[in-house]
Amino acid sequence: MSTKRFSVIGKGLPKIDSWSKVTGATQYADDLFLPRMAYGKLLRSPHPHALITRLDTSRAKALPGVFAVITGHDLPRLKFGIMPVSQDEEALCVEKVRMVGDAVAAVAAVDEETAERATLLIDVEYELLPPLMSIEDSLAHPEARIHEYGDGPNVHKAVSLQFGDVEEAFRQADLVREDVFFFEGNTHLPMEEHAAVAHFGPDGKLTLWSSTQTPHYVHRLLGKILDLPQAHIRVIATPVGGGFGGKLDAFAHEIAACRLSQLAGRPVKIALTREEVFYTHRGRHPVLMWMKTGFKKDGAITGMHFRSWLDGGAYGSYGVASTFYTGALQTVTYKIPVYKFEGVRVFTNKPPCGPKRGHGTPQPRFAVECHLDKAAEQLGLDPVEMRRRHLTEPFTKTANHLTVTTTGLAECIDRVVEASGWHEKRGKLPRGKGIGIACSAYMTGAGLAIYWNDMPHSGVVVRADRSGGVSVLCGATDIGQGSDSILAYVVAEVLGIEPKDIRVHPADTDLTPVDLGSYSSRVTLMAGNAAIQAAQRLRARIFEAVAKKLEVTPGDLEARDRRVFVKDDAERGVAFAEAVVLAESMHGVLAVPGSYAPPKRAGKYKGGGVGPSPCYSFSACVVEVDVDEETGQVRPTEVWVAHDVGRALNPLLVEGQVEGSIYMGLGEVLMEEQVFRKGVHKIPSMLEYKSPTALETPEIHTILVETDDPEGPFGAKEAGQGPLLPVIPAVANAVYDAVGVRVDETPISPDKVVRGLELKRQGKPARVGPEKLPLFTFPAPRAIDSAFGLPADAIAERPFAS
Amino acid sequence: MKAQMTLTVNGEERDVFAAVHKTLLEVLREDLGLTGTKHGCELGECGACTVLVDGEPVLSCLALPVECQGREITTVEGLAQGERLHPLQQAFAELGAAQCGYCTPGMLLSARALLEATPMPTRDEVRQALAGNLCRCTGYTKILDAVELAALRLHRAGQIERSQARAGDSPGARAMVTGRA
Ligand code: FES
Ligand code: FES
Repeated sequence: MSTKRFSVIGKGLPKIDSWSKVTGATQYADDLFLPRMAYGKLLRSPHPHALITRLDTSRAKALPGVFAVITGHDLPRLKFGIMPVSQDEEALCVEKVRMVGDAVAAVAAVDEETAERATLLIDVEYELLPPLMSIEDSLAHPEARIHEYGDGPNVHKAVSLQFGDVEEAFRQADLVREDVFFFEGNTHLPMEEHAAVAHFGPDGKLTLWSSTQTPHYVHRLLGKILDLPQAHIRVIATPVGGGFGGKLDAFAHEIAACRLSQLAGRPVKIALTREEVFYTHRGRHPVLMWMKTGFKKDGAITGMHFRSWLDGGAYGSYGVASTFYTGALQTVTYKIPVYKFEGVRVFTNKPPCGPKRGHGTPQPRFAVECHLDKAAEQLGLDPVEMRRRHLTEPFTKTANHLTVTTTGLAECIDRVVEASGWHEKRGKLPRGKGIGIACSAYMTGAGLAIYWNDMPHSGVVVRADRSGGVSVLCGATDIGQGSDSILAYVVAEVLGIEPKDIRVHPADTDLTPVDLGSYSSRVTLMAGNAAIQAAQRLRARIFEAVAKKLEVTPGDLEARDRRVFVKDDAERGVAFAEAVVLAESMHGVLAVPGSYAPPKRAGKYKGGGVGPSPCYSFSACVVEVDVDEETGQVRPTEVWVAHDVGRALNPLLVEGQVEGSIYMGLGEVLMEEQVFRKGVHKIPSMLEYKSPTALETPEIHTILVETDDPEGPFGAKEAGQGPLLPVIPAVANAVYDAVGVRVDETPISPDKVVRGLELKRQGKPARVGPEKLPLFTFPAPRAIDSAFGLPADAIAERPFAS
Repeated sequence: MKAQMTLTVNGEERDVFAAVHKTLLEVLREDLGLTGTKHGCELGECGACTVLVDGEPVLSCLALPVECQGREITTVEGLAQGERLHPLQQAFAELGAAQCGYCTPGMLLSARALLEATPMPTRDEVRQALAGNLCRCTGYTKILDAVELAALRLHRAGQIERSQARAGDSPGARAMVTGRA
């Protein structure tokens, strides 16, 4: 796609914060040291499920160097949670702990050591309750309830949706297949451990600096939890040293730091240890899945029925959304005219799961893409051809009422097939080597906010200074994906100046308009569109003033190369800084807002709010693997991903997102697992929680496909999460191609491959994966007409567009 | 118990009065205000805290400052020469090798030690040298690319310097190949 008409967009520029990052100048939360600052520590429960019978802090309070000690009794007695429907957390538990790692008290002291020592002087007695460590345990013991709310004893959420008659669809099929899959839980493992600094000033106002992906939601929750007017709270998100979804809730350490600062009368920092980060979690749900699909001889899908059982852990977190997401996006990639989804999330006494890169969708994508490969084999079809023939059409709706706008999936498939030499390799590689493919789709921003409201999802203020410098104020949080840079690029493009002329001031609830946060791949699209709107409004004012001076009409003008000039007579113009002076003289202060809210396209049914997005990205992935038949070790040797990003605003950054996604997908499919024994994390260290190193990450080939989506800023879609999705099943499919073993659960660890090979030698079906499904009766489905194939509304109306 | 020591950090002598059990990481960050050095585990497992001691990569979370007295400590703050970035820093910035940037200081120092010992490493040698530095953002691809680019630029700069030594000066050439022109 031509980028000629752009001067900034489409260029592989360095990020605007690169220079501070390579010199060590970037200040993350734990790099803040304020005068008189105290250090905080949390005391955490060693038991997975217990009643607190005694909690005495007097010995800790008496320790020299201790400024304050708090328990849940020092906070308002109410529960909170990120989702309005799941208010089930306490910063410091008062009556009951529900997992190892639940905080029960907190200390602020002169240094970390003293704080730590003080926590050991807090006397806590527990009365142990039976720990429920699995979905089966929790369903079998309704008498030992973890929470008093939900859709049943230990059932957090149960959903059942039906779009058309699946049984009838199965009757029309030539082949009906059922499969069962399990996706193990894993965690984000950001390199930066969470940290927060709170300062409750003498003016009675609170400032919190935190490594959070969502300062706005933390701001809202703090008002509630601390019982302070929200207007007197300021939350600043410091540059985040990796998030991946792990810094999206309000956490005990943030809340405790605030209250401790209030009591101690000085700033308080709490920085989590790596072990605490493992228990804080909110990562990938372990999900058991059953699916049944009807196929025609040519591979066309007549209908699909999908069930998921999520092991939620001890709290709600984003779990209701996660549950819906395990069923929402199956329909976006291929034509599925009829669809039924049933899902349930069960509480267990383990750290709560939540959103991790791809939120709730990598698990079903693993299932769907392995299932399709098996069906292709049964039907005698090439797995590429079968997928390629049945892709969703642009500007149509899916069975579950999602709107697909542009799609570049066909091109993505063609490009990875060609680049990888698929046709020369599939089924033809020597024993032990294999190649596999998979595809996926992902949202570019959630269509709805966490809490219902009519306000913008993203706001930007662009301010022009008389110097010609421009400030961009936006609540968005840069977690490494480069959102600050994207804001600078789009504003520079519209105003015809250089990114260097722009300073971005992000994520400060006092100074910046709200952006909901860095989740659901929403920032480039939503904050980007808001920034474009603000910059265009500013440009209109500038053009008006310059037009008057040059005696032309604003429509005759163009902004480029730091100048504003007459399009057909480029010599006639003024420098950008001078144009700003003219505009400020005419209009007064130049500080202009832009707002964005997604088009209102949610399906009109309960649960229809999870899944809609302004547009979807698409990815196709081919992986080549080497499998050692002795040890069962799987080594990916090369990976190709083609990703429909709409438009690459900066191809360098998009490639970086794709590469990082591939890496993370490889970790999940081959080695990462968040597992517990008797409530205790088996491997809460970076050495034992295996993640890929530079040695284990293969050569990666990234291909960017552009579709110029009408919803995206300059046509852009997301890139940060979607490319992870196909990697996991592509590896599983490649392993099958290499050694004929189906490992239907992650991680595909050496022992499972060896077990599969052993089964094969014994002449048994060479499949390793879950055998049983939990006993659970899903609620009667809500029956909704399938919207499959209906045309999308020609023009999506969205609020604040003009 | 506290002790008085003198450390040479980035070419500067710094006096420190700190508890003897404090790690080099803690002393650098808390006593010397050099927060560029990061931590991801404080157990020697992630490489984020890597600094150079006499040119060798050392995990500062496991090192004791007393043992580093009289030795040259280099942190990320000491990589640039005045306003001139080290070619590794330049290449990391240009190629997008720092996403969240949290692993970056440690990566840069491990890479610098590699390039000192092996000026033109193969890609596998780079992988090997950085295997102890975890990065969760980049998939390592752009980091490997950046180290290779920096190696190439340093190599070319070295060639030019040598030919200049032979044939007289040509100002600006070095800046050009180091990307600082
Ligand atoms: S902090 Fe030193 S190795 Fe992780
Ligand atoms: S850039 Fe984020 S951990 Fe490496």
